[in-house]
Amino acid sequence: MSQVVFWVAAVVAVVAGLGVISLRSSVHSAVSLTLNLVCLAVLYVLLGAEFVGAVQVIVYAGAIMVLFLFVVTLLSPGREEADDRLPGQRWISIILAIVLLVEAGVLITSNALPAAKDFTAAAACTGQGLCIGNSQLIGQAIFTSSYLWPFEVTTIVLLVAVVGAIVLTKRRTA
Amino acid sequence: MTIPISYYLVLGAILFTVGTAGVLTRKNPLIVFMSVELMLNSVNLTLIAFSRLWGNVDGQVIALFVLVVAAAEVVVGLAIIVTIFRARASVDVDDVHALHG
Repeated sequence: MSQVVFWVAAVVAVVAGLGVISLRSSVHSAVSLTLNLVCLAVLYVLLGAEFVGAVQVIVYAGAIMVLFLFVVTLLSPGREEADDRLPGQRWISIILAIVLLVEAGVLITSNALPAAKDFTAAAACTGQGLCIGNSQLIGQAIFTSSYLWPFEVTTIVLLVAVVGAIVLTKRRTA
Repeated sequence: MTIPISYYLVLGAILFTVGTAGVLTRKNPLIVFMSVELMLNSVNLTLIAFSRLWGNVDGQVIALFVLVVAAAEVVVGLAIIVTIFRARASVDVDDVHALHG
């Protein structure tokens, strides 16, 4: 069963990813990217990361893609792309991408990976039938252990992003 | 029968390559941004696959941080694109060379 889910999600994710970079219209690309993100959320759940999968759907497929579609419709899509300034740019970049893929494939296949530890079952139910879910594990890692300080820094990052967006798009009023 | 972790790594590599090709070929900055999102997500998939491999939750926490940074990056990037569009009524990465030396 999990094999079927993996292969369907993986194939749809790759096809949707190719759609993002090959479709003419920006709106179609955005919808294709949303499909890709949902497929990745399925794979996260399959890997036992239910919380990240849910956040992926809510934040990426929900919030970020709405922002993308809003800007795409604001900036009048369907504009034809001009010719390449650098001749043969498309073919050069495709060749470079294939080289990158071969490099990554060699790196992955040349290292033998150990068998996966099933932390979802092993770490989940410890003692007295007290079961800890994936969200609780992440909450413990973020709020009680070594990730507390990085978590606080991300709030600063979000604040800077909000202030930057307002400053950049504000109309100058004399 | 579970899926080997290396399958997820190969899938992440393929998606990263597709995103790279998109960044290199497309000239609409919005699609360039979407390709960057594709690359960020493939790295997230790799992080979560390794989190499963080593049996701890660190990779998932870092994937969440990547998500936050991606959201901030999209907000600022789209604001810049809207500002450029307002100034010159065109969005094409080849046309934007005001900082060209």
